[in-house]
Amino acid sequence: MIKRSGRGRFIFLCAAPATILFLIFMVIPTVNVFRMSLFKRSAYSPTEDFVGLDNFIRLLGDANFIRSMQNTILLIVVVTVITFAFALVFAAILTMEKIKGQNFFRIIFYIPNILSVVVISAIFSAIYDTNNGTLNSLLSLFSGKTVAILWKGESMVMISLIIAMVWQAIGYYMVMYMASMSSVSQSLYESASLDGAGRIVSFFQITLPLIWTNIRTTLTFFIISTINMAFLFVKAMTSGGPNGASEVALSYMYKQAYTNSTYGYGMAIGALVFLFSFGLSALVNAVTKRETLEF
Amino acid sequence: MEHKGRSSGERLYKIFIYVVLILLAVTIIVPVAWVFMASIKQNSEFYGNPWALPAGVYLQNFADAWNKARMGEYMINSVLVTVLALAILLAVALPAAYVLSRFAFRGRKALNVAFMAGLFINVNYIVVPIFLMLVDGDMFLRKIFGAGFLLNNVVVLAVVYAATALPFTIYLLSGYFATLPHDYEEAAYIDGAGYGTTMIKIIFPMAQPSIITVILFNFLSFWNEYIIAMTLLSDPKGAKTLPVGLMQLTQAQQAATEYGQLYAGLVLVMLPTLILYICVQKKLTQGMTLGGLKG
Repeated sequence: MIKRSGRGRFIFLCAAPATILFLIFMVIPTVNVFRMSLFKRSAYSPTEDFVGLDNFIRLLGDANFIRSMQNTILLIVVVTVITFAFALVFAAILTMEKIKGQNFFRIIFYIPNILSVVVISAIFSAIYDTNNGTLNSLLSLFSGKTVAILWKGESMVMISLIIAMVWQAIGYYMVMYMASMSSVSQSLYESASLDGAGRIVSFFQITLPLIWTNIRTTLTFFIISTINMAFLFVKAMTSGGPNGASEVALSYMYKQAYTNSTYGYGMAIGALVFLFSFGLSALVNAVTKRETLEF
Repeated sequence: MEHKGRSSGERLYKIFIYVVLILLAVTIIVPVAWVFMASIKQNSEFYGNPWALPAGVYLQNFADAWNKARMGEYMINSVLVTVLALAILLAVALPAAYVLSRFAFRGRKALNVAFMAGLFINVNYIVVPIFLMLVDGDMFLRKIFGAGFLLNNVVVLAVVYAATALPFTIYLLSGYFATLPHDYEEAAYIDGAGYGTTMIKIIFPMAQPSIITVILFNFLSFWNEYIIAMTLLSDPKGAKTLPVGLMQLTQAQQAATEYGQLYAGLVLVMLPTLILYICVQKKLTQGMTLGGLKG
């Protein structure tokens, strides 16, 4: 019976610290994003003036914000399509064919995922360097003349970002799909091949439908995470430049809220992107809905 | 005849696969290896052919990075923050996950839903509100004690890291705790053990594999993180973590061209994660299917 009286206290002592930390550093700041988006606050006058939806109205007329949203959407679409196509195909190859050194490839492909985005950005900055960069020197070697492409210039910077982001993401998703593909029964492929189905048919008719649930959830998460990764890469690699050509939604938010100290305006961007990411993942979820297949 | 044609096509396909796989592996290995190579080059060597092997082992780069670029100091900060954050996280998340998954009490469902929802809140959105909260807190403290200590404080940074990692960690640990049969606790209670003793002596040791997974993933994310660190440790002369210091170095490098120091700094950031990865790569790639959806 002593136990009974201690039970409530035990539960409280176990759950309270986590709940308090969660409340202070996650719940309240999240509420604050939305609350502050309705106020005007700057660094030197820490009083808050309620301005209603003014911040949002200003946003819709802000060409820089529109450009940053366009860049974000471009990255979401292109990075997602390339990463998923490559990751699925490579995962299928590595699981289905008898490849020597499978484990070696798996280990190597996962490496970008454990590196800090700062490190990856520094590596790619060195690769992209116009005069001493490895990429231009490689291109010069193959073309026989001096190539001096401005990889981080206004016209190329988004492509350069896409390459770096795909490089970072591919391995992680490949290893993940390999895990789910290896659970597909081998006998399915054998009977399909007896029926005359080739590799490509098997891939589309057996592999993809069977791991569809997995693809669907990862796709939803990937889209949300691309919005965040885009920010990390831009912050470390280009700072949004040159001339805002590589600004993405969250980097623009950070610039407004932190660097410019126009907190209310920045938080309005944050709130909008937050809602955008939820809407987008709901949309993807709805569009990719299929009957679950089980053989 | 037909059989022969098929097998030579088969061989071509195999060769094609190997070529593509090796090419992909090369695009990952070469940039990383190149950084290690560049870190022992003298500054003058950076203006020649980027593919040239280093003329000698120039370890002065590391000494310069360590002292002049303050990387040594940042390294100590990074170790401190990472270890402290992991300790806080485990001390708080383990008991919480335990009671949330194995005890019936009022409000349990609401708490579970709240932590689940926390999985969708990315820290990039709330970093500025957290910063402002600490600014306000410091202002309040200054009024009472004459000094604020919340900003530019590595301990506070560690607490924020731990708090923002809670949803993922609790989700992962609860998933494991929920699979254990209740017999363990009942047997312990019959033997006269209290709730706390049972949890610490019986349940936690069994959860060791999950705890290791939690430590691995969070080590990587804390060690590599730089957005929160950059925001909360804003004093230019104050404490910094390694990735933030490195980012400064990349930005300074564009002006001052201290390439050697930069690459030595890169190696310092990468090396701990690479060593850890080599030791536990199996665990990491297996663990990811467990907590598969970490954005």
